[in-house]
Amino acid sequence: MDDEQSPAARGPVTGAEAPRSPASPLEDAPGAGGTLAADSRARARWQAVSHRSLQWGTGLTSVIPLAALAAMLVILLVEAIPAIRYNGWYFLTGSTWSYGNSYGGILHTGGVAHPAGARYGAWPQIAGTLESSAIAIIVGLPIAVGAAILLVEKAPRRVAAAIGLCIEILAGVPSVVIGLWGLFVFGPWLARHLYPVLAHMPNVPILNIFRGPYGPEGLLAGGLVLAAMIIPIIAATTRDLLRQVPETTKEGAEALGMTSAEVFLTVQWRWVRGGLVGAAVLGLGRALGETIAIALVSGSNLHLASNIYGTMTTIAATIVGQLDAAQSDPSGLAVKTLAEGALVLLVITLVVNVVARLIVRRSARGASLPVGAGF
Amino acid sequence: MAVASGTLSATADGAPGIRRDAAISPLRRLRNGAWWGVCGLAMALLIAPVVWIVEYVVRGAASVWHWSIFTLDSTGVGGGLRNAIVGTLWLTLGVGVLTSLIGIGSGIFLAEFAGRSVFSTLLRSATEVLSGIPSIVFGYCGYLALVVGLHWGFSALPAMIVLALLVVPYVAKSTELALNQVPLAYREGGEALGMSKALVLRRLVMRSAIPGILTGLIIALAISIGETAPLIYTAGFSNSLPKLDLLHNQVGYLTYASWTFYDQPSAAVQALAKEAGLLLVFLVVVFILSSRLIVRMTQRYSPNRVGGGGRRSARRAARSALRVDNLGPVSVSPTTASQDGIARH
Repeated sequence: MDDEQSPAARGPVTGAEAPRSPASPLEDAPGAGGTLAADSRARARWQAVSHRSLQWGTGLTSVIPLAALAAMLVILLVEAIPAIRYNGWYFLTGSTWSYGNSYGGILHTGGVAHPAGARYGAWPQIAGTLESSAIAIIVGLPIAVGAAILLVEKAPRRVAAAIGLCIEILAGVPSVVIGLWGLFVFGPWLARHLYPVLAHMPNVPILNIFRGPYGPEGLLAGGLVLAAMIIPIIAATTRDLLRQVPETTKEGAEALGMTSAEVFLTVQWRWVRGGLVGAAVLGLGRALGETIAIALVSGSNLHLASNIYGTMTTIAATIVGQLDAAQSDPSGLAVKTLAEGALVLLVITLVVNVVARLIVRRSARGASLPVGAGF
Repeated sequence: MAVASGTLSATADGAPGIRRDAAISPLRRLRNGAWWGVCGLAMALLIAPVVWIVEYVVRGAASVWHWSIFTLDSTGVGGGLRNAIVGTLWLTLGVGVLTSLIGIGSGIFLAEFAGRSVFSTLLRSATEVLSGIPSIVFGYCGYLALVVGLHWGFSALPAMIVLALLVVPYVAKSTELALNQVPLAYREGGEALGMSKALVLRRLVMRSAIPGILTGLIIALAISIGETAPLIYTAGFSNSLPKLDLLHNQVGYLTYASWTFYDQPSAAVQALAKEAGLLLVFLVVVFILSSRLIVRMTQRYSPNRVGGGGRRSARRAARSALRVDNLGPVSVSPTTASQDGIARH
């Protein structure tokens, strides 16, 4: 059966090589004209060599991602060490970001060269990163999961394919395009239509965070743009998780007379919820590291956001926005401080990603319903 | 499974006079409707930004569109995007070469040679984690190590290397998945004919895995075209046509045009930012559609059953192998990979 189908299977993609394929596969070995014994010995040697070189060659390339990861950690760490020594804990807790007086000569403190008065407190950026990502996940997760549920459980095949295309396009639109949309269209729209409503929320706990002055650029706008960017990631992951739920378990629940919503909540939900945590954390990782879109929509303010609408910035947006300013620091400390910021960001996203993958993996291994997991 | 559902429906048919949902109370029906209503709202909120963004991009560019963007280079006060378009294609070419070398090689090793040792788990995890690292961190490392450290300056090669590493997880993952989905019978048949493992791989296995690998590669390139942050730190920008060399000369690219031209005083330059945005979205959509086309073409010709045993339908297996459409990605991989692993062995 496979024999009949294999030519068809590779037909459309390997058209260029097709004329060669009818030849015997053994022809590839050298010395085809020699005696049979010598021929097979040469072939065996050739096979061993080609096998080993393939193994080592591909093995070498497969180490590259690991090496790149390690190299990035080392590069950032080495570059950041003077900045870490100079900034100390103030980098994580302080709120003043100043390149110092670049005309005031270079001072040396603890062996680190720096302009007079340089002070780097990145707490506003770290807080901005966490706040905007939190908004993104709070808004994006329910939307992505709800849409994925409808997509898998109710949407007809063709509709599901079309919506799948929508998800892909949203995931593929360059972040600079989404950023410009957020800056010119979405942010002003929010300030004109949504924020006036939100700002008149009753003055009770939780809802009162929405009260206050607002503008088109800032924390909430940035968080919502981030939400749009992580929705496709979470939705695609949820969709794949839901598609792995075996039909038989759903049929069993249906046979008990449950409505489709009850079937979902009793069967599929339990099946996928572990994976959903992982999907959410993966989306969170993406939101933490997003740079260009947030740089455009956040209002680029190196201080803490004054309220939920306030302008702010994130670590990633600072790195991309402050390079020109940092390069003008003759002592080089500013560039090293940006490396420290990148290191903090790398560590945060590393932790988030590793945790997410552990959760996804564990939930995949110990699927919460035993039925069907064994095959 | 087909038998099972057949039995079920036969039972239902065999009980005439009993309405299937007779036992469902109005309250439960209401709750059911509310549940799916909320899901529908979520779906609307997912689709709305897509339509809105595409509408913004197309309308914004249509009002200022001029074809001379393909023939003129950008200047400080106007011109076209020829230098950025050629630069983006040049960078994409380099990224394609580098990332397919690393990614396909890595995928082959992980699927064919690595097995399930501690080391291979480490390699797989590193590849997956790499896909979660912010692109700005890639860019800044490239800036420190390649642009400054190796004195390459802002130029094409650092940008290509950084972008290739950024997207290599997608290619590696899709290669590994595609190879794992090739029917065992192909390998057994080849080995029964006395072919070496390398030859089996090259002549039989790779051929049926090519669509899956290609899909991953296309998605990877689509991602790399849309990147801005790593390029600002590695490629710089140039208003003149790229010399198609690798070192010491800055390269223009489309995302930079969108990123910096939008707030320039000249209206002609602002128009370029919008047009660059449209070109980017157009390129990404073309890439996504072509990867879908590959999946559809090969699904039509793919064998009905993949691998021996397992109740999972082959169509689903093929889908999970070939679909790398979730750009966010490799995200799904741990689940998909390990469960497919269970299904296969």
